[in-house]
Amino acid sequence: MSDARPCTIVGDVSGLPESASGAKHLVWWGNIGFMAIEGTAFALAAGTYLYLMSQTHGWPPAGIRPPDLFWPAILTLGLLLSELPNLWVRRRAIAKDERGVRFGTLGMTIFGLVLLIPRALEFAHLNVHWTDNAYGSVLWMLIILHTSHLITDIGDTAVQAVWLFTHEVGDDQFADVEDNANYWTFVVLSWLPIGALIYLAPRLG
Amino acid sequence: MTAPLTPEQADRLAVSWRDAPGLWGFLTTVDHKRIAARYILTVVLLMFLAGMLALDMRLQLAWPDMGRMTPQLYNESFSLHGSTMLFLVSVPVMEAMAIWLVPLMLGQRALAFPRLAAFSYWLYLGGVLMLWVPHAVGITPDLGWFEYPPLSGPGYAPGHRADIWAQMITFTEVAALAASVNVVATVLKMRPPGMTLARIPVFVWSQAIAGLMTIFSLPAVMLVTSMLIADRLVSTQFFAPAAGGDPILFQHLFWWFGHPEVYIIFLPAAGFVSMIVETFSRRTLFGHVAVVLSMLGIAALAFGLWVHHMFAVGLPRLGNDFYTAASMAVALPAGLQIFCWIATLWSGRPRFDTPLLWVLGFIATFVIGGLSGVMAASAPLDQQITDTYFIVAHFHYVLIGGAILPLLGAFCYWYPKATGRLMSERLGKLAFWLIVGGFNLGFFPMHLLGLMGMPRRVYTYSEGMGWGPLNLVATLGSAIAVAGGLVFVANAWWSRRHGALAGPDPWGGSTLEWAVPSPPPQHNFDHLPVVDSLTPLWTQKEALQVMTGLAVERREVLVTSVIEATPEYRQKSPKPSIAPLFSALAVTILFIGSIFTPWALVWGAVPLAAALIAWFWPQRERATTGPLAVRR
Ligand code: HEM
Ligand SMILES: [Cu+2]
Repeated sequence: MSDARPCTIVGDVSGLPESASGAKHLVWWGNIGFMAIEGTAFALAAGTYLYLMSQTHGWPPAGIRPPDLFWPAILTLGLLLSELPNLWVRRRAIAKDERGVRFGTLGMTIFGLVLLIPRALEFAHLNVHWTDNAYGSVLWMLIILHTSHLITDIGDTAVQAVWLFTHEVGDDQFADVEDNANYWTFVVLSWLPIGALIYLAPRLG
Repeated sequence: MTAPLTPEQADRLAVSWRDAPGLWGFLTTVDHKRIAARYILTVVLLMFLAGMLALDMRLQLAWPDMGRMTPQLYNESFSLHGSTMLFLVSVPVMEAMAIWLVPLMLGQRALAFPRLAAFSYWLYLGGVLMLWVPHAVGITPDLGWFEYPPLSGPGYAPGHRADIWAQMITFTEVAALAASVNVVATVLKMRPPGMTLARIPVFVWSQAIAGLMTIFSLPAVMLVTSMLIADRLVSTQFFAPAAGGDPILFQHLFWWFGHPEVYIIFLPAAGFVSMIVETFSRRTLFGHVAVVLSMLGIAALAFGLWVHHMFAVGLPRLGNDFYTAASMAVALPAGLQIFCWIATLWSGRPRFDTPLLWVLGFIATFVIGGLSGVMAASAPLDQQITDTYFIVAHFHYVLIGGAILPLLGAFCYWYPKATGRLMSERLGKLAFWLIVGGFNLGFFPMHLLGLMGMPRRVYTYSEGMGWGPLNLVATLGSAIAVAGGLVFVANAWWSRRHGALAGPDPWGGSTLEWAVPSPPPQHNFDHLPVVDSLTPLWTQKEALQVMTGLAVERREVLVTSVIEATPEYRQKSPKPSIAPLFSALAVTILFIGSIFTPWALVWGAVPLAAALIAWFWPQRERATTGPLAVRR
């Protein structure tokens, strides 16, 4: 006995489950915390873009073409479409379907890797270099920020797929798959305002 | 299991939570108490070093026309002193107190993410070394604690001094973010059964609110220092006016973080004060709800106020008026808190032991600091006194008065819990009078020096200015305060062996940490406490209400609901691991590398990914189904 006071027992938790899903799970909240941090970083980066835009005559500055639209259109479409399998994987995780999450995370990994192709081509069609001016710098910052999240989540999904195929899946791992799917949604949704700034603001400004 | 643990079960439980012995245990521990102790010892060492720098500067300024320091050395000294005190002392020490106390106050055996806490310390240590190792070999940042471009940009700051400063920030901010997410998740999901939102101790509230503020403010400084490094390393143009950039952008982003930071330090301090006032008044805190609401109010206002650090840059007229009013508005919730503390003391039966003395010293000092702050918040007046010694006096009053004095009180208050022994009251009182007296003697005259026109950050001044006598007084007071600091540390050192035995609850505290032995065993609580009020130890005098049923043969914690804290499920708590240390090392390689080449972000990601995979790789049975099943 190490508790320093006498005690009366008023309950017993041994009957409680050993895991939970969704917002009941502790790790879900950690995930939300990191999304809040990264969401703040995205918002501040977007604010930086708008601030520099408001300080500059002409956006993009004279002599620079706005970034081309073809590849980002493909990427955006791909990201939105990826939500279909992604939400499916999420549902499989909640249903604790071992086969479903194994093949689902594998599929999402492949889907993500394919999406990196239009993203890579986007870089070649920004029509400005980061050293040219502040417009170029902030444009590159936004797209690199988003790309790093994209790559991180694809990497995470890939590792998860390997683990799931090689191990017996427990409740905590189903919760992990669910969190990872939520994170992918975060990466997709954060692209919409960031992409709008990169590609539409120079055409409207 | 509805009986209390048998002695065998209690032993089994202790073994489940015990660290490995020796060095391996030291490197792999995820015990929140050990991690916090590490943080605190590091902070004490840094405070000593930064204090010595301060004394060195004060000696230089004690008389006019002194030549013992060159201007460059003086620049380095205040930059190192200010950066250390803010980034490596004030913020981390508050986190450390949260890491140590929050699980104990919540009746828990661990934080929500124990390995994340270990990772946070190792990264913080990386930040410490980032600043102080280059200093030891003669490369010291020299542009103050905020390094504005263009001065810190590629044109004016060659070499790596500015990079070191910027990357030190990145280290400490990632560490702080990790700690904050951990604390917030613990407070939301790991409260003891019965601890509804209305029954959360004020200190726990303060740390949760400070954690949320950290989450929403620190990304700004990481972003802006990364932009600075990019300008310096790969020639981006963020802060270069000739190419459409804007140096003021740096200030906006910096103060988006810098202003809330003051409250990130101040709120936990207000949490300490609330707990100490309650215990030593021997009554429940007067106006609990008002205190918590004013903390939330301060947090909300803090995000609107970054502009008040920039009155001097010439913003639109209406802007200045608005921010003047809003800055003054912070005085309201702060005043409300002080009122509640005084009312508690007034209507209670106060006992004037050292922890309470520190609180009284805090209240007096903070009122002076707050008044000078209200003066500086007025835009026209700020135009006159900005960058003078008035400001030096003001922020030392706020930081030392508002954070360090409550911290010292908290240290005395929880020291017996951490070590099992009481600190000497006599040495404690001596340290108190030396520090509070010396501090006021040293820093009050700086207000006058500021009004007389003495600018900050000057390495000397000529005799004809007439600033000599007051500066001598300032140096004298500073030296007395530093001596008091040494007495305080000596007391802590001596009492560890020779102090009176404390027992579990030497002060008659009201919150759960006082229900466990001092020092607490590694698993903290044998049983899960159940809370029925804000002051459970006062309302459950006869016997503590507890629940049983967590595993004893492995690490398990209870997860409860966010609002009502009803038990939801039992969560496996991670075992010790070397992965957090390796991950921190990998991050260190990446951060340091990226001062020299942007490619570090690419190759540095490889060891980092490996370390993170090792960290999060769940330990379970190999698959028996599916295409990659093991054949038996
Ligand atoms: C007895 C203790 C202390 C003494 C004697 C002291 C003294 C000084 C001195 C002489 C300066 C340089 C002023 C100038 O030339 O402009 C300074 C700057 C500063 N101090 Fe302290 N200080 C003490 C404690 C602290 C503490 C505890 C903190 C924070 C928690 C702190 C934070 C700062 C900051 C942020 C600066 C500004 C650095 C800059 O200009 O960039 N100081 N202090
Ligand atoms: Cu401020």
